[in-house]
Amino acid sequence: MAGIGDRYTMNTLTHPPVGAEARAGKSASQPFLNPYLAGFLLGLVLLATYAVTGRGLGATAGFAAVATWLASFAGPAHLESSIVHMKYWNDGAPLLNWTLFLLGGAFVGAAISGWQANRFSFSIERGPRVTDRQRLLLAFAGGFVSAFGAKLAKGCTSGQALTGSSILNVGSLVFMGAVFAAAYGLAYFVRKEWL
Amino acid sequence: MLPLSASMDFSLGAELLIALVLGVGFGYELERAGFGSARKLTAVFYLYDMAVVKVMFSAVVTTMTGLWLLSTLGLLDLSQLYVEPTNYTAQIVGGLLFGAGFVVGGYCPGTSMAAIATGRKDGMVFALGMLGGVLAYAEFTPGLDAWYKATAVGELTLPAVTGIGMGWWTLLFVGILAFGAWGMSRLEFRFKHFRPPT
Repeated sequence: MAGIGDRYTMNTLTHPPVGAEARAGKSASQPFLNPYLAGFLLGLVLLATYAVTGRGLGATAGFAAVATWLASFAGPAHLESSIVHMKYWNDGAPLLNWTLFLLGGAFVGAAISGWQANRFSFSIERGPRVTDRQRLLLAFAGGFVSAFGAKLAKGCTSGQALTGSSILNVGSLVFMGAVFAAAYGLAYFVRKEWL
Repeated sequence: MLPLSASMDFSLGAELLIALVLGVGFGYELERAGFGSARKLTAVFYLYDMAVVKVMFSAVVTTMTGLWLLSTLGLLDLSQLYVEPTNYTAQIVGGLLFGAGFVVGGYCPGTSMAAIATGRKDGMVFALGMLGGVLAYAEFTPGLDAWYKATAVGELTLPAVTGIGMGWWTLLFVGILAFGAWGMSRLEFRFKHFRPPT
């Protein structure tokens, strides 16, 4: 029987966290789902999304909606200076954004899954050769660059790689190739962050 | 006839409720697969755990097969599905930036939600970085949206470009997945020394 204390110190079976939180942890979290089965189930979610909405999944647009909401505090003239902000303004209700609600649902779904599998852990994911501070700086930089890239490419792993590839969109397949090319090309140089 | 959106007008509330429900399924499966963990995600780039490719590829093949099957049975109108116009420069440059951010940051936009929901502080910081990135795009380079439209080559799909039907492409992708599954198990064995000790 796992208590509250365990839940906060535990992590995944194969990738234990390195932070102080991890040290006291007992390894009782469940193993991950078989990746092919997880992919099949994820595919069914995507298929249902297509069947109901005619569009697939997304993620980056939800962040863009929040960015526009934040920018709105700088005044209406400022918003009108960017057609990107105007696109997400939604007549004054930028937070009533479809993809933002999808992200909200994803948060809830992931929380349920993580709670069921005993995988909740206040921790920082990193390899043993970087500090927490370095890892957080790299996380911020990585988030910044990937979000800008996703805006430029009109999609991310959800909107382009999964959604577009499923319908054999040529641009999505090219995007997926570029993503893996850059990531594999850089992996050697950031190996200390992960290995 | 599917998609429902082609024949029904959902109210805003209904649309957002649909988003929430689908999102729960989306996030649940991402976390089940282990994608709330940056080390599990980036393992794919060091070849000792190919779960990212396995999950993505089997999801794509599942959806593709489902779309093809539904349209062959006359239950779904493929022409009603949204296809993002292709812009090679944008998809290549944006993809390279995205891939770089992925291996450095450890997450992608969707999986950062699974990370935050399971307490990963680096996931929260990644999401803050993302917010900075989309804000920078909107503030400093809003003209890129117009450039994308002006230089896009149109809605390209492999069946439309090649004249080879979606069924054949689906079959090819199933074949690549089967062969890839064998290849990935070989890779994981070959690079298992990178796997962190449990």
